Amino acid sequence: MINLEVPKKAGTLINQAYQAAAEVFRPISRKYDRAEHTYPAELDMFAALLDGLNSSGEGGAGAAGVRRSRDSAGDGNRNGANLNVVLGTIEMCWGDVGLLLSMPRQGLGNAAISSVATDEQLARFSGLWAAMAITEPDCGSDSAAITTTAVLDGDDYVLNGEKIFVTSGQRADAVVVWATLDRSKGRSAIKSFVVEKGTPGFEVVRVEHKLGIRASDTAVLRFENCRVPRENLLGTPDIDTAKGFAGVMQTFDNTRPLVAAMAVGVARAALEETRRILSSAGVTIDYDRPPQHPAAATWLELEADFESAYLLTLESAWMADNRKPNSLQASMAKAKAGRTVVDVTLKCVELAGVYGYTEESLLEKWARDAKILDIFEGTQQIQQLIVARRVLGKTSAQLK
Amino acid sequence: MAAARKRDAMGFGLAALTRLAGSEVIDRAGLRGPVQNLVKAGTRNGFRAAGAATRSFKSVRRLGKPARLAPAQDDVGLFDLTPSEDQQLIAETVTEFAAEQLRPAAADADAKLAAPEGLLTRAAELGISLVGIPEELGGAGTERSVVTNALVAEALAHGDMGLAVAVLAPSAVSTALVSWGDEQQQADYVPAFAGDQVPAAALALLERTPLFDPFKPATKAKRTPKGYQLDGVKSLVPRAAEAELFLVSADLEGRGPALFLVESSSAGVTVEAEPAMGLRGAATGKLHLEKVALPAGALLGGGKADVFTEVVRLSRLGWAALAAGTAKAVLDYVVPYVNERTAFGEPISHRQAVAFSVADIAIELEGLRLVTLRAAARAEQGKDYAREAALARKLAVDKGMRIGNAGVQLLGGHGFVKEHPVERWYRDLRAIGVMEGAVLL
Repeated sequence: MINLEVPKKAGTLINQAYQAAAEVFRPISRKYDRAEHTYPAELDMFAALLDGLNSSGEGGAGAAGVRRSRDSAGDGNRNGANLNVVLGTIEMCWGDVGLLLSMPRQGLGNAAISSVATDEQLARFSGLWAAMAITEPDCGSDSAAITTTAVLDGDDYVLNGEKIFVTSGQRADAVVVWATLDRSKGRSAIKSFVVEKGTPGFEVVRVEHKLGIRASDTAVLRFENCRVPRENLLGTPDIDTAKGFAGVMQTFDNTRPLVAAMAVGVARAALEETRRILSSAGVTIDYDRPPQHPAAATWLELEADFESAYLLTLESAWMADNRKPNSLQASMAKAKAGRTVVDVTLKCVELAGVYGYTEESLLEKWARDAKILDIFEGTQQIQQLIVARRVLGKTSAQLK
Repeated sequence: MAAARKRDAMGFGLAALTRLAGSEVIDRAGLRGPVQNLVKAGTRNGFRAAGAATRSFKSVRRLGKPARLAPAQDDVGLFDLTPSEDQQLIAETVTEFAAEQLRPAAADADAKLAAPEGLLTRAAELGISLVGIPEELGGAGTERSVVTNALVAEALAHGDMGLAVAVLAPSAVSTALVSWGDEQQQADYVPAFAGDQVPAAALALLERTPLFDPFKPATKAKRTPKGYQLDGVKSLVPRAAEAELFLVSADLEGRGPALFLVESSSAGVTVEAEPAMGLRGAATGKLHLEKVALPAGALLGGGKADVFTEVVRLSRLGWAALAAGTAKAVLDYVVPYVNERTAFGEPISHRQAVAFSVADIAIELEGLRLVTLRAAARAEQGKDYAREAALARKLAVDKGMRIGNAGVQLLGGHGFVKEHPVERWYRDLRAIGVMEGAVLL
C-alpha cells in the first residue's frame, strides 16, 4: 500500500535522535563553530549511546548501519536499517551537521567498511572509528584518476601518496584509503585499505580552516612507504576489469542517501527557525489561501523543495532496504538535497535579515555548513552526470 | 452473480479491460475469464437515460443515510512505494488507454477545441468514476482511493492533459457528491455517474479575477424563500457546453464560499466558449449564472467551510497528478530525441548542457511524484494533508512549468512547431498555476 509516512516503529529512534540533537548538539553548536579544531569532548559520552543504538542492527543515527544484510527474511515490504539511519541522520543534522560528522565511529569510512568488507574484516574492524580518504590534491570528482599507490611486498601493501579533505582524518582511529594497485589498469585497480592511526609512514600533515562544518576536522594526510597488512584490503584484491570500479563505488550508493539526509536535516532546521522568525514579524503560513506576503510565498517555495528532497532521500533508503538497485535514486536524492539545502539556508538568512546574518542566530552558520553538502560524496555536477547517464543510457565515455 | 456484485477496485480495472479488445494486459494478468463474467454483470444497473443532451436526472430510491467511502486503512504503517496489485493493473490499463486513445487524438483535439467523437464515451466506459462511488450507489468503491485516482490522473495526462481533464471532469462532481452529498442529492445524481452513459459534469470554482482566491468567489449566492439565487461567472469550466450538472462555488451572503449543484437546464444558465493557451481538448468555457434560482437542496455539504477547503485541496492534488503525468510525457519524449539528434558530430545528449537539463527533469519529476503521492496517501487515510497538498501544488506549478519549458528548449526550433507535442505540453503545463477546481481526486 502506497504510504510515504515514516514507519511507526521508527518513532523511538527518531525521538532519541531528536532529543540528542536538541539537548546535546544545539547547545554546543555555536561553541565548536567558533572553536575550530577543538575536539567536542561532550560527544564522547553520547557516542556510547549511539553505539548501543547501532548494535541493535536496526541502524542508528550515523553511518555505521548501512551494510546490506544478506538474509532474505520476508519477501514483503521492508523498512530497515537504511531507512532508520537516514531518519536518525535527518534528526541529528537538524541539531548540527558538523557535530554529527565528528561523532566517533560514525565516519564515512565506517560506511565503506560496512559496504564492502568481508565478514572477517567486519568483525576485526568493529568498534573502529574510520575516516574516508579519496580526494587528492590533483584529483577530486575524478576519483578514478587517483595516484596514491599500493604495492604488495611480502604480506604487506606499501602505500605512497597524499590525501586531502579527509573528514575526521585527525581524530579517527583509522582511515579507509583509496589507492591503485596498478595505474596502468585504470579504475578497476583501485582498492580501499584500512590504515590504522600510528602506522609508521602515516602522517597528518595539517587540518584545514573551513567555510563551515568547523566542528568537524578536515585533514591532509601523507603516506610514505606506509606498510599495511594485506588483510586490510577491503573486499577482493583481484583486478577485475569487467566489474571495474563497482566495488569501491558501491559505497556511494549507501553514503549518498546519508549525505542527502544531512542536507534534509539542516534545511529543516533553517525552515523551522525562519518560520518562527517570520511569525514573530506577523507573517504566517497558510497552506490553502494564496500567500498574503512575499516572504510567506518564498518560504512555501523553499518548503516545497525541502519536501521533494526529503522524500527522494527516503525513497533511496527504502530501495536499499528492499534490495532494489538505487544508484539513480541515491544520486537524485543527493543532487536535490544538496542544492536545496544551499538554496534554503541562504534564502532563510535573507528572509531573517540582520538577525539571520549575525552570529546571534544559527541561520548564518547553517548557510555556511550547507555548502559542503552539495560538494562532498559527489558534487552536484557529478550527481547530475550520474542521473543523466542512467536516464539517457549513456556510458561515462559518451557523456563525459 | 454474487461474485459480480463484489466489484471493488479490482473490478474497476477489469471493467476497463473489457474496453480494450486484444489488450496485452488482459492476457498478462490472466483475466480473460473474470472479464467475461463482468460483461454479463454490466447490465445490472437499473438506471438508464437518453442521450446526454436530453437527459433529466432521475432520482432513484433514497438511502436512509448518505453512502460514504471509509478512509483507507493502513494497518501496516510502513513506508511503501509499491502500488497494490489493483493499482498496478489500473495504472497499466489507463496508461495503455492514454497511449492508444488520448495521445493520437491530442493534436486534433487541441486544434478543434473538443475531444473527438466517441472518445469521452469510451473513456467513461473505462469506469473511471466507478471507483469513487460506493457499491450502495451502483459504483465499485469500498474505500477512499485518492492514491489510485492520482495514478489514474497521472496516466491519463501522460496521453494528453486537456483530454485527461475532459475525461476526469465528471468524476470531480461524483466524488464530491459521494463525500459530501446528502442522501437526496446522492439519490438524485450519483446513479447516473455509475451508469453506462456518464453525464458530462464540471466542478466550477475558477473566476477571471486577477490574483484569484478560491476562498473569495465573486459569484454570489443569496437565500430566497424557495432556496437560493446565484449570480456570477465561472471560468475555464471543462466541457462547459455539454455539461449537464455543475458544482459551482459562490459566496453565501458574505459568509464565505459554498458549493451548489446547478443543472444545466436551469433558467439563467448560459455557457460560452473560452478557449485558452492550453487544455483545449477539455473544451473549456465560461459559465454565466444570471439570477439562477436553485432549490434548497442544491447546497452541498451544508455550506460548511471545511467541506469547501477539502474540495480545493483535493482539486489541487488532481492538478499535481496531471502535471506529473504530462511532465513524464516530456521526459519520455526528449530522451530519445536528444539521443538521436546530432550536432557537431555526436548526439546532443553527449553535451552536459543538454544532459543536465534532462537530469533535472528526471529529478524534479520524481520529487513532484513523491510529494503528490504522499499528500494523496494522507488524504485517503483521513490524515491532515493541507501542508502536503499545498507543497504538491507548488512543485506542480513551478517544476511542471520548468519541465515544460525545458522540453521545448531541448528540441530547439523543432520544439516550437506543432510537428512535435512539446509545445502543447508547454501550454498545458502553464495551466497548473492558474487552475482551481475542474478535477478532484
